[in-house]
Amino acid sequence: MSANKIRLVRLLLILGVVALWEIYARAFATSSLSAAPSQVLAELWPKVLGEPRVRLAIGITLLELVIAFAMSVVFGMLIGVLVGLTDIGRRSFYPIVLLLYGIPQAILLPLFVLVFGLGPASKIAFGFSHGVFPVIVNTIAGMRNVNPLLLRGASAMGATKFEQLRYVMFPHMVTAVFTGLRLAMTMTLLGVLLAELFVSQGGIGFFTLLYAETFNPSALIALIGTLALLAIILNELVRMVEARFSRWKE
Amino acid sequence: MVAQDKLVIRTIQFGILAALLGAWYLATRSGAAPLKLFLPAPELVWREIGVLVRSGQLWSSLYVTLTSIAQAYVIAVVAGIAVGFVIARSRTLVHMFEPVLSGMFAVPLTMFFPLFVLFFGIGPDSKVAYGATYAFFPIALNTIAAFSNVDELYLRASRSMGASTWQQFRYVYMPGALPVTLTGLRIGFFICIASVLGGETLAATAGVGRATALAAELMETAKLYAWISFVVCMSVMLNLLALAVETRSERE
Repeated sequence: MSANKIRLVRLLLILGVVALWEIYARAFATSSLSAAPSQVLAELWPKVLGEPRVRLAIGITLLELVIAFAMSVVFGMLIGVLVGLTDIGRRSFYPIVLLLYGIPQAILLPLFVLVFGLGPASKIAFGFSHGVFPVIVNTIAGMRNVNPLLLRGASAMGATKFEQLRYVMFPHMVTAVFTGLRLAMTMTLLGVLLAELFVSQGGIGFFTLLYAETFNPSALIALIGTLALLAIILNELVRMVEARFSRWKE
Repeated sequence: MVAQDKLVIRTIQFGILAALLGAWYLATRSGAAPLKLFLPAPELVWREIGVLVRSGQLWSSLYVTLTSIAQAYVIAVVAGIAVGFVIARSRTLVHMFEPVLSGMFAVPLTMFFPLFVLFFGIGPDSKVAYGATYAFFPIALNTIAAFSNVDELYLRASRSMGASTWQQFRYVYMPGALPVTLTGLRIGFFICIASVLGGETLAATAGVGRATALAAELMETAKLYAWISFVVCMSVMLNLLALAVETRSERE
């Protein structure tokens, strides 16, 4: 099958699921538990996105996400480079990083709220603690995968340690690091949303809880759908930046 | 030389651990007021651990959480491998479904957690469904990757040597696809644990996550740290278990 045909079938498949969902919700489901796609769309504007407080909440959540992601990238790469730079450093700190990475962080959420309060700070901190580990791990992995021959070549031609890092290490780390960044974006969003849902005071957590507890599934699905769309856009943004940094390979 | 390296590394690691514990102890001794709010003295946490173990609270919460995790994981493994295997059988199906699945996996399913609570109630069922859904994706995606990358040449060779479909599955597909499938199973396992615990922290009536959230709400920090240390111990043990399973299957 040609690529276009596959795309068409995929589209039809998604449309089919939506149609089934519509039929199911209209004919069989309880209206307080599920909503048909058409009802969700009707709810999306003006009730959900038309409401200034909802838009503000989405804005707050996005801001928390961006700050947490930026912090994850900066600190993650910094820690990753520092740990991965020397053999002894990697072998003593990498197991610790992996151990921390393996802890289900959801259990720390109440502690984060206790320490950082109910405001945006706890959400940013929790998003950061989710996002920083994939960046560290992938940065270290990226540094390990650089061909030692290239480094020796560079140092033989008189490159300083910094020049080796800048001109040999970094360009070759791009693929691994961006794998980490994409994962970090998903994880940061996960952390921020978990904290939002746990505290549910200012951001979108408040509205998801409100809609869920007042049995208003169409508004809930509309809000969640908007967020999912934003998440996909953010993922694509990271992918575009990656393409920009990988151009030298072609 | 190598043995000496190992010694240095262990010294650094234990040094960090000792420094952290020391800092914790000193910080609680200094008695700064804001610190007291969220940093209980180590000996209080130790005492609370003993209380939770003896009173049976630990075991009853752990039972709820572990059964939820087990149920969710079994559902995710069966569904993930079945769906992944069926899709991987045809190149067209892979092209059709793989992008949809990986796209859905990129969206944090946490957003849909309120829907799970709405559908399945506040009991363990919603956590099982949520954990199973979350773990399904990495397992299915890795199964697809594993089975669709088995070398065509091996399949043709085994066919020409007269292997039956079952023999082909057992001796060509299985060994070829096992490592990547296992990676998926491992990722799914930890996602399953994290999402069940996360779900319990957000909305539940019982379980370790609920107990932790409750301790924080009541500002019982010693108890909170005790629960956290249980989970850390549990995750370390499960990590070692997963590692052992993986090394064993690699040896095969």
